[in-house]
Amino acid sequence: MTEKVILAGFGGQGMMLLGRLLAQAAMANSLYVTYFPSYGTEVRGGTAVYHLVISSEEIFSPLIEEADTLIVMNQPSYQKYKEMIKPDGLMLLNSSMVKCDLFPDVKIYKIPATEIASKLGNVLVSNIVMLGAYLTIKKLFTAENILDQLSISLSGRKKDLLAINKQALEKGMQAIHSFTA
Amino acid sequence: MKQLLTGNEAAAEAAIYAGCRYYYGYPITPQNELINYMSVRMPQVKGTFIQAESEIAAINMVYGSAAAGGRTMTSSSSPGISLKQEGISYLAGSELPCVIVNIQRGGPGLGDISASQADYFQSVKGGGHGDYRVIVLAPSSVQEMADLVYDAFDLADKYRNPVLILGDAQIGQLMEPVEFKKEFRENLPQKEWALTGAKNRNRKIIKSFYPVKGELEVFNAKLQNKYKEIEKNEVRYEAVNIHKADVILVAYGTSARICKEVVRKSHQFKFRIGLIRPISLWPFPSEFIREMSERARCMLTVEMSAGQMLEDVRLAVEGRCPVHFYGRTGGGVPTSLEIIKKIVEIMPKNRAAKTLLQFAEVK
Repeated sequence: MTEKVILAGFGGQGMMLLGRLLAQAAMANSLYVTYFPSYGTEVRGGTAVYHLVISSEEIFSPLIEEADTLIVMNQPSYQKYKEMIKPDGLMLLNSSMVKCDLFPDVKIYKIPATEIASKLGNVLVSNIVMLGAYLTIKKLFTAENILDQLSISLSGRKKDLLAINKQALEKGMQAIHSFTA
Repeated sequence: MKQLLTGNEAAAEAAIYAGCRYYYGYPITPQNELINYMSVRMPQVKGTFIQAESEIAAINMVYGSAAAGGRTMTSSSSPGISLKQEGISYLAGSELPCVIVNIQRGGPGLGDISASQADYFQSVKGGGHGDYRVIVLAPSSVQEMADLVYDAFDLADKYRNPVLILGDAQIGQLMEPVEFKKEFRENLPQKEWALTGAKNRNRKIIKSFYPVKGELEVFNAKLQNKYKEIEKNEVRYEAVNIHKADVILVAYGTSARICKEVVRKSHQFKFRIGLIRPISLWPFPSEFIREMSERARCMLTVEMSAGQMLEDVRLAVEGRCPVHFYGRTGGGVPTSLEIIKKIVEIMPKNRAAKTLLQFAEVK
């Protein structure tokens, strides 16, 4: 098993944390993992991109040439990275901010993550909504795996944020169930 | 216990494990996670952390701590490492142990902040003035970064010589699980040559200045003997799939990881590609490469530069087999597909290579 995920959004949309939670869950499950933030001299509102590889075998190159999954939070990132998806790959788009083209064989899920997060009362958890959606589709890890990692990230002063993150994760999972229902 | 750390953070933590308690740095991307980590961690272990006023100040602070016998480190990225070269020459000339981390970025000049391997010449040929060498170790994973930084402190003390860790933006910022398995060192024994105050004992001298005619030549001979010892004892490399290989790739650090991907892809086509990954760039594994060049049909050096280590490979091979080159510059990272294309170009009649290319292109 090898899963190559490219995560992209603008700085502040929490792609770094999303990938980190997946990477830590992979580590906790004794899988191989590489997580590479490929940042340039970025500007606010521009794009931040992360390459995450999870595998049952040793991972050589951490740079993804062709992604199994693309998780994209805003339009500039979509324009920049859409071509990196493999022909029968999976795309998760934050439909609150991304308008997409048609890819004949790519499975596309449009999740209004920004809207869902705003309704929950904190736009910052839009990344966790996407994470919930991703988990439901790919089933690499359980929600408990991720909540374990979240509670490590949100210890101490940030402890109060755990509840809303948990809600966001559930909303993301429900969003996918409503597609398949 | 495994932790998910960047290469930069792993380098910092490994230094602390190795007993480094004096760190001096100046911020520069892509090594900022290292200095940031040190600023938090050093006070916790009652060490000294100074964000110096410049790279030059930082390397000279290293000189001071090293002369007083402490385990000490500085880190920077390419433009900053250029600034430190005078200090490194003085450290080598004064036979002072220390560890310097270079997380290379694109050059020349201010260049850019993405991964590069274009500081190879500067690192292994002596970037400053004078006939000196620094031991150069090149990690290709976060775990190896931790292991090599730890060993670097022992090597530095063993030979009273600076050791350079040569990484790049990718290794520095990449996050991987890492484990610190070696002993956590504290209260290391005092070095007998260290300057600790001459009360009740004869004075000791640490210097790189030998103005009396003839003295400097004697000192240089001593240095050269030491370097010969290092060349004899400290060569490190990894050989992958080397047995009966038609093509041997030679690459270090980040480039070597991509080459391993190529080796893995080649397996299913019974195409025999091997890889020699130098871990110590100086001393260079010349002897092993020479030995292998008698068996392989050709070698291909892959670097993120315009061809620097290539020269050392050719010197080792001495014409026994052709040595080809594929490189990317200015922050470009080679892809496995590009390397396979290059192999087909140098071996146009090899059917397995062509099949491999077709497979790679379709995929």
